[in-house]
Amino acid sequence: MNYFTDNRDLSFIFTTTDLSDIIGLYENNFSEKELYGYAPDSFADACENYRRILEVTGDIAARIIALRSEQIDREPHILKDGKVILSPPLQKCLQALRQAELMGVTISRKYGGLNLPSFLFTMMVEIISQADASIQNIFGLQGISSIIEEYADETLKQKYLPRFADGSATGAMALTEDEAGSDLQNVKMKAGQHSDGTWRLKGVKRFITNGCAEVLLVLARSEPGTTDGLGLSLFLCEGDSTVTVRRLEEKMGIHGSPTCELSFQDTPAYLIGERQRGLVTYVLALLNGARLATAAQAVGISQAAFNEAQAYAQARKQYGRKIETIPAVAEMLTTMKVAIEASRAFVYETARIMDLSVGMARRLHSENVAPDEKKILRKKTKKFERLTNLLTSCVKYYCSEMSIWVTRDAMQVMGGSGYMQDYPAERYYRDARITNIYEGTSQMQVLSAVKGILNGTMEKYFEECSHVEWNRNQRALAKKLLHGRKLLAAAVEHLNGRKDNQLVDLCSRNLVDMATEILMGYLLLQQSRHSSRKEKIARMFITKLEPILIMKARHIKSTDKRCLQDYAQIVEKEAIVK
Amino acid sequence: MKYSIIVLAKQVPDTTAVTARAMKKDGTLNRTALPAVFNPEDLNALEMALQIKERFGASICTITMGPPSAAEILRQALYRGVDRVVLVTDRRFAASDTLATSAVLSRAIQQIGTFDLVLCGRQAIDGNTAQVGPQVAEKLDINQLTYVEKIEQLHSEKISVWRDVERGKELAAAKLPVLLTVTDRANLPRPPSAKKIMHYKKARAKSELTDGGTGAHRAAKGLLVEEWDADSLGIDPAVCGLSGSPTRVKKIESVIRKGKTFKKIAPTDEGINELLQELIQEYSFD
Repeated sequence: MNYFTDNRDLSFIFTTTDLSDIIGLYENNFSEKELYGYAPDSFADACENYRRILEVTGDIAARIIALRSEQIDREPHILKDGKVILSPPLQKCLQALRQAELMGVTISRKYGGLNLPSFLFTMMVEIISQADASIQNIFGLQGISSIIEEYADETLKQKYLPRFADGSATGAMALTEDEAGSDLQNVKMKAGQHSDGTWRLKGVKRFITNGCAEVLLVLARSEPGTTDGLGLSLFLCEGDSTVTVRRLEEKMGIHGSPTCELSFQDTPAYLIGERQRGLVTYVLALLNGARLATAAQAVGISQAAFNEAQAYAQARKQYGRKIETIPAVAEMLTTMKVAIEASRAFVYETARIMDLSVGMARRLHSENVAPDEKKILRKKTKKFERLTNLLTSCVKYYCSEMSIWVTRDAMQVMGGSGYMQDYPAERYYRDARITNIYEGTSQMQVLSAVKGILNGTMEKYFEECSHVEWNRNQRALAKKLLHGRKLLAAAVEHLNGRKDNQLVDLCSRNLVDMATEILMGYLLLQQSRHSSRKEKIARMFITKLEPILIMKARHIKSTDKRCLQDYAQIVEKEAIVK
Repeated sequence: MKYSIIVLAKQVPDTTAVTARAMKKDGTLNRTALPAVFNPEDLNALEMALQIKERFGASICTITMGPPSAAEILRQALYRGVDRVVLVTDRRFAASDTLATSAVLSRAIQQIGTFDLVLCGRQAIDGNTAQVGPQVAEKLDINQLTYVEKIEQLHSEKISVWRDVERGKELAAAKLPVLLTVTDRANLPRPPSAKKIMHYKKARAKSELTDGGTGAHRAAKGLLVEEWDADSLGIDPAVCGLSGSPTRVKKIESVIRKGKTFKKIAPTDEGINELLQELIQEYSFD
C-alpha cells in the first residue's frame, strides 16, 4: 500500500503537469547543486526527487499513519499543568514524519529545508489527509515557516527555520479570539514594546490548532488606541512557560489535532516584518497557504471516504447482486468520483498558480535581474498574485463543501454499516465537517472571491484556459462551457448595474459556484487531452453542470432582499423565548 | 563511547505479497513475480543500530551478500542514516546455504576489522531458518544473543537485553563484542529520510554500472558502493556457493489444506468445556 502510487489520479496529475516554469523559478539554474548533496542538477533530477518524496510520504501515510488513525480518533490528548501531552499514536506518526525530514519541506536549503514548491507540499498534504485528516493540521502548519522565511529578519530565520526543518519545532498560528473570529480586525491581544525595544504579549487566544506548538505566530495589537486592522502586527513567540494552555476543546472531529485556548502572560515576542502589516499583508499570505492546504485536506478525506464506500459497494450484496450495480448507488459513486477528480484538478492548478506567484515575486526581489526583465516580472507577479487570492478562496470553498457531501454520501452508500463506528465512514464525515468552517468559513471565502468575478479577473482566466486545441468531442463540451460563461457574464452585468452591495452578498454564493464549476470544467477538459478516461470524466461533469448553470443564473436574476427585509417576521423573532 | 556496529541485511522476495504466480511448477520460488525488499527484521536490526547511534554515538556499516541488484537495500540503509555500506557479491557465491553464507559474511566482518556489535534480523522471510546470525557468531567466535526485543543496558564492555523466549521474556547479558538477532517486536523501523534519498539515490555499486565505467565520478561524490568478491575477501571458493553448501532439498510438496468436516458446538458452558477438552487432548492447548 502506498497512498501516492496507489492514487492513480494524483499520479496522473503529477506526471502530466508541466513543472518546468516552477522548477526554473525554484531551482534558479540548479545553482545549489554544488553546495548541497541533495540539490538537483537538472530538470529530470528535480522531478525524480519530487517523485521519490511523494513515494516516501505515501508509504508513511499508508504504513504508519492510516494504521493508527482509528486510535488517534479515540485516544485523547492530556492537558497537564498548562501543557499538552499528545496521545502516543499521534506522537508515533509525527516521529515518522520527522525522521523522514518532511516537517519543513518548503524551507530553503540554506536553512536546512528541502526547497519544495507548494505544488509538492500540497500533494503531501492530500496524501497525509487521506490517512488521517487531523495529523495534516500539525503537518500543514509547517506552512508558517514560509511566512517566517518570506517576511522575518535574518536573525529570526536563522534561529527558527532550522528547527522547523529538522522537525524539532512545530508551528501554530494564533489569530482567533473570543470576539475576533471571522472579524480579525477586532483582535484585542496586546503587544507592548519595552524601552529596550523588546516586545511582550498579553491576552487570550482561542480555538488555536496545535496551540501547544513550540513556535507560534501571534496576531496582536501593537498600536494602542487603535481598533482596526492597521493597528495589528504579527509576532513570533515560543511556547514557553509564559504561554499556558487553559483548555483543550472537545470537538466533533479531527480529534488528533489539539485545539487550544491559550493564555499569554508577558510572553517575550519578536516582531515579524513591519509593524501594522500583520493582518493586511502577512496574515493574508498565511491564509492563502492555509486555504490551499485545507482544500487539499478536504480532497484527501473525500478520497478516503470514496475508497471505503466503493469497496463496500463492490462486496455488499442485496437482492442477489452487488449494490454497486444498483442505479442509485452507481449514480452516487460516479458523482462522488467525478467531483473528487474535478476538485483535485482545481487544487493543483491553484498550487501551480501560487508557486508561479511566489516564485516570480522572489525572483523580482532578488539581485541580478535586468531592468527589462524586472518590468515584465512585476506585471506577471501582480497578475499571479491577484489570481492566487481569487483561486485560493474558490478552491477552499468548493473542496470543503464537496468533502462534506462526498463523505455524507459515502456513509449513505454503506447504509447502517456506515453509521457504525466499526467502519471509518463516520469519522471521515466528522473530520470533513470542519473544513468549510476553519481557515475562513465558506461564507467568507465567497465574499472574498466574488470581487474577482465581478471585476473580470476570472473571465480573463477562463479565456486563457480555453485557448487550447480541442478534438471534436472536447470542442462540443467547450461550447457548453462557453455558454455557461455567457450566462455568468450576464449575471455579473446585472449585478454590476444594480450597484447594491447587499444584493451582491446575497448572490455571491451562486456567482462563485458558477465561476468555480466552469473553471473546473475547463481543467477537466485540459486533462482529457492526456487520457480518454478523463474525457468521460469531463463529459459527465460538464453535462451535469449545464442545467445547473442555467438554474443558478436565473436564481441570481431573481434574487431580492426579502430575507433581510422580512427577516423578523420569517424567523418569528418575537416568538423566540430564550 | 562510540560503538562500531555492523548490520547484516538481506534482500528478499516480498513473501507478504504472494500471488498465484509466486510459485513455479517445480515448487520453487518465482522471484520475478515478487518485488525484492529489505528483509523486514533486518530493518528492525538496522533501527536498533540507529537508535544506539542516536543515544550513544556509533558508526554503522551495513553489509549484504547477494546479486548486484541487492545494492538497492544498501541504498535504503544509506537513506536511513548508516555510515558505510558494503556489497558482497560474486557469481561463485550463488546457491549458498546458511553455512556458506555465514562463512562469507563472517569473513567480510573480519575484513571490516574491529567492531562492538553485529546486529541482524532474527530470520529472513524467504528461508525463515534463523541460522545465519548464530552461525556468523560461531565463526567469529563471539557471544550471541538471539531473539532480542529490547536493549536494557549498554555499557562500554557489556550489554544486557530482553529476549523473547516464547512463553516469557528473559533478561540476558553478554560481553562485547556480541552478535544480536533482533525480532520485529523490537521497534518500528524509521522511514527513509527525504534528504538522504535525494542525496544517495544515485549511489551505485560497480557491478551495477551498465556503462562499463569505473564509477570514478561517483566515487568522488561518495556515491560508489563498496564491493567485495571472493578474491578481495580472500575466501576459498570451495567453502561458498553450491560447493560449500551441504544442504540439499530432497523434495518440495505443495500442500493445500482443506477443512472437510465441521462440528457444531453448543453455545453453552458444557459445549465450551467439551471443546476445551478436545483441544487439550489434541495438544492445541496445555
